[in-house]
Amino acid sequence: MKHGVTICHFTRNRCFWHKVTAHPRALESVLRTAHQMIVETDGMTDTLERARVSGQSRGEVIREICRHLAPFQTGERPITGGTVIAKDLTIDSLAIMDMVMELEDHFDISIPMNVVAEIHTVDQLADTIQKLCARR
Amino acid sequence: MGLFDRYAGLLEAYRDVRTTGYDPFQIRMERVLSPTEAIINGRKMLLVGTNNYFGLTFDPSCMEAAIEAIRAEGTGTTGSRIANGSYTEHVALEQEIAEFYGKKHCMVFTTGYQANLGLISTLAGEGDQLLIDADSHASIYDACKMTQAEVVRFKHNDPSSLEARLRRLGDRPGNRVVVLEGIYSMLGDSAPLREFIDVCKKYGAYVIVDEAHSLGALGDNGRGLCESTGVIDDCHFIVGTFSKTLGAIGGYCVSDEPDFDILRVTVRSYMFTASLPPSIVASVRQALKVVKAKPELRTQLWSNVATLYEGLAAKGFKLGPEHGPVVGVHLPDRMTAIGFWRAMLDAGIYVNVAVPPATPNGVSLLRCSVCAVHTKEQLEHMIEVMTGIGRQLGVLDDRTLRVVGGAR
Ligand SMILES: Cc1ncc(COP(=O)(O)O)c(C=O)c1O
Repeated sequence: MKHGVTICHFTRNRCFWHKVTAHPRALESVLRTAHQMIVETDGMTDTLERARVSGQSRGEVIREICRHLAPFQTGERPITGGTVIAKDLTIDSLAIMDMVMELEDHFDISIPMNVVAEIHTVDQLADTIQKLCARR
Repeated sequence: MGLFDRYAGLLEAYRDVRTTGYDPFQIRMERVLSPTEAIINGRKMLLVGTNNYFGLTFDPSCMEAAIEAIRAEGTGTTGSRIANGSYTEHVALEQEIAEFYGKKHCMVFTTGYQANLGLISTLAGEGDQLLIDADSHASIYDACKMTQAEVVRFKHNDPSSLEARLRRLGDRPGNRVVVLEGIYSMLGDSAPLREFIDVCKKYGAYVIVDEAHSLGALGDNGRGLCESTGVIDDCHFIVGTFSKTLGAIGGYCVSDEPDFDILRVTVRSYMFTASLPPSIVASVRQALKVVKAKPELRTQLWSNVATLYEGLAAKGFKLGPEHGPVVGVHLPDRMTAIGFWRAMLDAGIYVNVAVPPATPNGVSLLRCSVCAVHTKEQLEHMIEVMTGIGRQLGVLDDRTLRVVGGAR
């Protein structure tokens, strides 16, 4: 059985709309990997529900990260998946650890310090959060 | 990339710090006169930044004990306890500290830093989970870099934040090891230890408490926060230092764990560094006797804390959340803190300046540490001087002056 979702994909200042029709398993991976929000679906399947609840949608995760990083943005450069947190922003290592603590509580996960040490970009942080959310 | 390029940001910050003409990180005490006075830059200064909470560095009985020990056993041990043997006095000191806490075992280290570094990184091993307070001392953070355990931080002094993290571990295998401090070294606030212990019990976690700044200061017998909150028996490991209240140098850990002594051949910061010299062991043993014999020093310390804390609060300074032997004065930014520190020095008073990244939440602080042997006059003079500087630098304005005691 196939299901369709409409996805709004934000890239810099532009936004693309996709209509995706696929098997639930494939949809799940679409939802996990894009920087976007589900806008509408034609009938929620269990899989989609799981992606939304236990796993977090990529868009939601990225949005939450950006909310914490916004105060450390420099100049006009937008924060994107490729932003190197410690380098492209004015955030110091202690503030990064404090942000991680807030994200942990928001998503009800724990991100060990040695894992944080390996994270450089916004995308990597989002990957980690999604992975830990899915494992919950 | 050059070796020092990665420190470019730090170098810049350090340059800022030195613009005042003095380098707070390279202050030279030309001569220390007493626990509360020293000659700095050719001038007699009032010392309010030494961690010398009981003023025991100049206690005649401690000094005599150290001198006698040097005459009897020489200046140093020239080796480690494991490779080169213990002196009778090392063992006696360990017994005395264990007795002081009513615990079965004690291990003495060459510094408190090494005690934390070695113990924490060894106790929590591969497959274990180490949970630390976000405002932990550098020695605890450094242990986290060495451990094979997974490390998670919880919000400072927040038992519910610890509980959330223990809960999330669910039924994953591995020991849970929680590290807390009695009194925190920057703002002088103490941990809600009883609440933390309740959470740890609920989740079967081991507890390590670092009483570095609370030894002597808290508890009816000066054992620290674990005593004043009645949880000594619930603390699996209590760590501390000889470098503050006891006026010397060294660290210790006490515990009732039956196999505790295996740590002597597993903790590398114990095994691979020279043991404390006889003079230090002797002065520490004597200082511990003084702590037991003179509870009035504790009373005097807290009375001085009240004088300084309430005096500064009444003038409108923003201070740490509660009375403590460390009084942290919040200042709006790094440069104001450094300017304030420098002005204090010019006025003959030495305190510490603490700026990011050494401080929690990026705050800039003047860190004052109170001594039992400060006189009321010395502290009142200090409050007056700080009020003057505070007004001059615009840290205190007329409006805040009217909000008497409203400093939080
Ligand atoms: C909380 C805490 N633990 C440990 C230490 C280290 O003590 P020591 O000076 O004995 O190395 C300090 C002192 O700076 C401290 O503040």
